Amino acid sequence: MMKNRSLSFWLFVMPTLVALLLVVFIPAIMGIFYSFTNWDGLTYTTILGFKNYMAIFHDSGFLAALWFTVKFVVVTVILLNVIGLSLALLVTRKFKGNNLLRTIFFMPNLIGGLILGFIWQFIFTQVFDAIGLSGWLTNQTTGFWGLVIVTIWQMSGYIMIIYIAYLQNIPTEVIEAAEIDGASAWQRFWNITFPMIAPAFTVSMFLTLSNGFKLYDPNLSLTNGGPYKSTEMLAMNIVNTAYSENDFAKAEAKALIFFIIVGAISLVQVYYNRKREVDL
Amino acid sequence: MKKFLTLLVGLLLGLLWIFPFYLILTNSFKTPKGIFASVLGLPHPATGANYQDSFKALDFMRSLGNSLIITVVGVILIIIFSSMAAFALQRNKSKLSGGILMLFVSAMLIPFQTVMIPLTANFGRVHMLNMWGLIIMYLGFQSSLSIFLYQGTIASIPVSMDESAELEGANKFQTFFKIIFPMLTPITTTVGILNIIAIWNDYLLPSLVLPQHQYTIPLQMFFFFGQYTKQWHLALAGLALSILPVIIFYAFAQRYIIKGVTDGAVK
Repeated sequence: MMKNRSLSFWLFVMPTLVALLLVVFIPAIMGIFYSFTNWDGLTYTTILGFKNYMAIFHDSGFLAALWFTVKFVVVTVILLNVIGLSLALLVTRKFKGNNLLRTIFFMPNLIGGLILGFIWQFIFTQVFDAIGLSGWLTNQTTGFWGLVIVTIWQMSGYIMIIYIAYLQNIPTEVIEAAEIDGASAWQRFWNITFPMIAPAFTVSMFLTLSNGFKLYDPNLSLTNGGPYKSTEMLAMNIVNTAYSENDFAKAEAKALIFFIIVGAISLVQVYYNRKREVDL
Repeated sequence: MKKFLTLLVGLLLGLLWIFPFYLILTNSFKTPKGIFASVLGLPHPATGANYQDSFKALDFMRSLGNSLIITVVGVILIIIFSSMAAFALQRNKSKLSGGILMLFVSAMLIPFQTVMIPLTANFGRVHMLNMWGLIIMYLGFQSSLSIFLYQGTIASIPVSMDESAELEGANKFQTFFKIIFPMLTPITTTVGILNIIAIWNDYLLPSLVLPQHQYTIPLQMFFFFGQYTKQWHLALAGLALSILPVIIFYAFAQRYIIKGVTDGAVK
């Protein structure tokens, strides 16, 4: 056992604890304070109260980014789960090359979002042009679907391996027994497989939710928010408010609203996980 | 018949997934004219000049070295300090350590954008906007998940292991590093893999912290791409170069990577 007052306890805990306070909590508390002032990144002169927050609700760029992000999250959460589960069902079948396929589907996940966005910029502009689909990434709609495609290519393999982890826990005897009893493939999936992988659904749904809200790198490298900021997502809007418009106090206020949105999602996730563990 | 269909669907999907890599790789060996003439075909004639040029323009060896130093030093520190903290917090059952653990877990809820401006302002004030400052930042950001993962495994190691070591005269450090830490190897692999992927690919934080001569691969790539965006033959060779280390890593550690990423998501 280790006692609170013992030197060794503190020596063990200190390095990470100090780093955590320096890097996360002190800046977070400072940020909350600054969001109520006219902070310019270095100093502040007056306390403005909720003025920065009120301004956000009249900031058409932020509201547009919020709406764009929500649409993106809804579409990617659905598609990633459908495709991720389908890939998992495919590669857990027994056939030659199923392991190689698993490797291939997962590979884009290891490459950073920035590089992935550049790869697809080439495909959407040069390759699509060559096959007669010109004008991609030049308007909001194709920019939106471009971002969706990049995200699916990157993250489907990740969602796939989460589903695989749960699929492998299903005892084969149960499925074989159902087969002998005459259950169709669809009945077996719907009545046995699906309920048994429900926890995987919770896990990957929240992963895709929070990743979608926080997406930044591919947004930067694929469209850079363009044309005319029409594909700017929340994270990019905050970064640009700070480092392009130099409106640091307002950016901080936006970041806190962002925190509330992302934090609420994560808390709901924790709640569901707890509930699920109780149910089991 | 059914088996044949599965195989066919698998083959088609696999090709679809690989196709972007095929496009990048083949076009990176073409001349600008060659790309314009046929973007889908094989390079004809093939040229390695794009690689020579982009290797120089990217300052590839230096950015590779920077990426390696930051990732390796960062991950080693995260592994050592997170496992130590997790051990102390798990073996000390008190309100205090429960509170500290809560602090670490709740930090995972705070998105990066919320802290980035004051964080970089503070580190700038003490002249730590460089790779060493960046490594401290990674320790702060990445320790939460790492401690969380370690803690679960340490809980499954009986306290009697510590006690018998201490009866033989070992102090806390010896007990931890000689007895406990070696038993944590599977979870250390997981923690290592997750942190390698996160740090290696990170763009936004290093872009706010690093001076130009310490640019990592993603950062160098960003500026390189901005410069050569109308010269796709160079940009593509640069992209291929920057992906290469990841592919090599994946080829060697594939099994551990997939296990690590699964554990990180599911636990």
